[in-house]
Amino acid sequence: MADGGQAAQEPVSIEKPPLVRFEAVTKRFGSVVAVETLSLDIKHGEFFALLGPSGCGKTTLLRTLAGFEAPTQGRILLDGEDIVPVQPHRRPVNMMFQSYALFPHLSVEGNIGFGLRQENVARAEIADRIAEMLVLVRLQGFGGRRIDQLSGGQRQRVALARALIKRPRVLLLDEPLAALDKKLRAETQFELMELQRKLGTTFVIVTHDQEEAMIIADRIAVMDRGRLMQVAAPAEIYERPNSRWVAGFIGETTMIEGRLGSDSNIESVLGRMRVAGSSNARSGDKVWLALRPEKISMTAERPNEGLNAVAGTVSEIGYRGDMSVYKILLSDRSVMKVALTNVSARGETPFSLHDLVWLSWPPEAGVVLTE
Amino acid sequence: MRGEPQGRKWSRRAVVLLPCVWLVVFFLTPFVIVLKISLSQTALAQPPYSPVFDLSAGWAGFLDFARQLSLESFRLLFTDLIYLLSYLKSLQVAAISTLILVLVGYPFAYGIARAPRGWQPLLVMAVVLPFWTSFLIRVYAWINILQRDGLLNDVLMRLHIVDVPLIWLSSDTAIYIGIVYSYLPFMVLPLYAALEKMDESLLEAAADLGCPRWKTFWLVVVPLSLSGAAAGALLCFIPIVGEFVIPDLLGGSETLMIGQTLWTEFFANRDWPVASAIAITLLALLLVPMLFYERLQQRSLEGGR
Repeated sequence: MADGGQAAQEPVSIEKPPLVRFEAVTKRFGSVVAVETLSLDIKHGEFFALLGPSGCGKTTLLRTLAGFEAPTQGRILLDGEDIVPVQPHRRPVNMMFQSYALFPHLSVEGNIGFGLRQENVARAEIADRIAEMLVLVRLQGFGGRRIDQLSGGQRQRVALARALIKRPRVLLLDEPLAALDKKLRAETQFELMELQRKLGTTFVIVTHDQEEAMIIADRIAVMDRGRLMQVAAPAEIYERPNSRWVAGFIGETTMIEGRLGSDSNIESVLGRMRVAGSSNARSGDKVWLALRPEKISMTAERPNEGLNAVAGTVSEIGYRGDMSVYKILLSDRSVMKVALTNVSARGETPFSLHDLVWLSWPPEAGVVLTE
Repeated sequence: MRGEPQGRKWSRRAVVLLPCVWLVVFFLTPFVIVLKISLSQTALAQPPYSPVFDLSAGWAGFLDFARQLSLESFRLLFTDLIYLLSYLKSLQVAAISTLILVLVGYPFAYGIARAPRGWQPLLVMAVVLPFWTSFLIRVYAWINILQRDGLLNDVLMRLHIVDVPLIWLSSDTAIYIGIVYSYLPFMVLPLYAALEKMDESLLEAAADLGCPRWKTFWLVVVPLSLSGAAAGALLCFIPIVGEFVIPDLLGGSETLMIGQTLWTEFFANRDWPVASAIAITLLALLLVPMLFYERLQQRSLEGGR
């Protein structure tokens, strides 16, 4: 399963060795396997996301990089050097904790400067760099505040500044935005991206929010049950998922089951579907055609011959404002989801319940999956 | 329907009233009586002081009573050195014991707080368990342990640490042992409470920012447990100052804590006014750390918000 990811990053890894390399890392807690022989490269200066449902091992993987968990097996290389034996306080990486873990007995400045005060940095320089950080996270004038006098968003930025002030080789972010409300989270996502571009530091973020990972990251590693499912850029993962699991986890998908015919056709209960693009499936194999709702057109009349088409009736309409999601009941009692942008400003949807409709998509719209 | 808010108002008043009544009946009234006695003079009578307040004499009787009150007992406290020395001794014993209690209690509390979750209630229970035996019996048990042919000397001699039995009993050492033993739970529990609620990720954050373990302890754990240590220290210090049983049973005759002096004045000398004056002065003395404790609690309540 990791092969897809490996293949995707090959052209780049020839140019420059990776900053972080997980080599067959396994982490067991008693009989529970949190991470299973996982290999992964993270490049210099990239914004990398570890994405997966809760309990998939993404946080454990991040914590092995920070040094809070030792891998049961395998090596973790930072710039080619094995850091597994290195104590957490000696690793050139810093972490931003999900709970922020700010020291309640210290002021904002005390928190931000904590890391530098552990090194032999001159007082004046510490003060300068704290001031620099306060500007960076837009907290000028808050240096003397106590932590309990700050809002959630401000605390989040103190935690970020505290982790960044030591100029780590890698900044680890464990669900950094989970505690913020939706609107603030959306703003902060863009702030984080801007910050990462400005500093050029490698960021590794752990998140369970696929939308967040897609917006924020240059590359995403999708994990499930301690294994890598796919490692690729967000668009690649969305448009070309390598398995039914990834296709189902990222965004909405309709799956049509069938058998691959001889000449790029899928024979399904809904009829013959033409498909385009490469797939490692051979003719006669059991395959699934994965379709994104927004790739499907919906019309009242039968579409022209070049498209794949199925007929059905509108069984449900979910109005979301910017778009509506239609559930279409097909002839085999299966349901296909279609998303249409609401162009009309009058709040009316072009189709109503129980309408007979035609769904169509070009051969290149879907992805053929074998597992 | 209309009666409900009325009823709720009354119940809310009752909730406030109950502790007020309690304080008036069991604290303020006895305090005023003791204060009154402290302003009286000894007399060979029943009760052994005068003047005695007589309600039947009316207003004139009250004025007559008020005229007879004097600060003589308090003056005595500041002229006779024995009282001053007793106060100082009590404060010294309380201060040193509290310091020892912090040093002994901290590892206990820290150990319990860092133990596996499932073990913690059991360990806390173990700390509280001695309370199930009478306090007096536990102090008497120490006499057995500390006496010349007691358990402690027995063990020390069998281990060939000493050749001749040491004298433990009737010394300041015995007082400190007794006090530290008896008050340890009062130190461990608030410390444990402070350490237990500390977020584990704070320790990881400190390590992440370059702090070795021992330094994390001093820079993060200790500052965050200071409120617990202060609460424990005051819970111990205040009652130790007035401690009577432990110094009386385990201490020597040369050590006089204020509780013993008070007892002597009251029971041996039958000088109720001086005994009362001692008690009032002790209360005034302890009011300082008590108020400090109140302030501390208030601040931690506000901080927790």
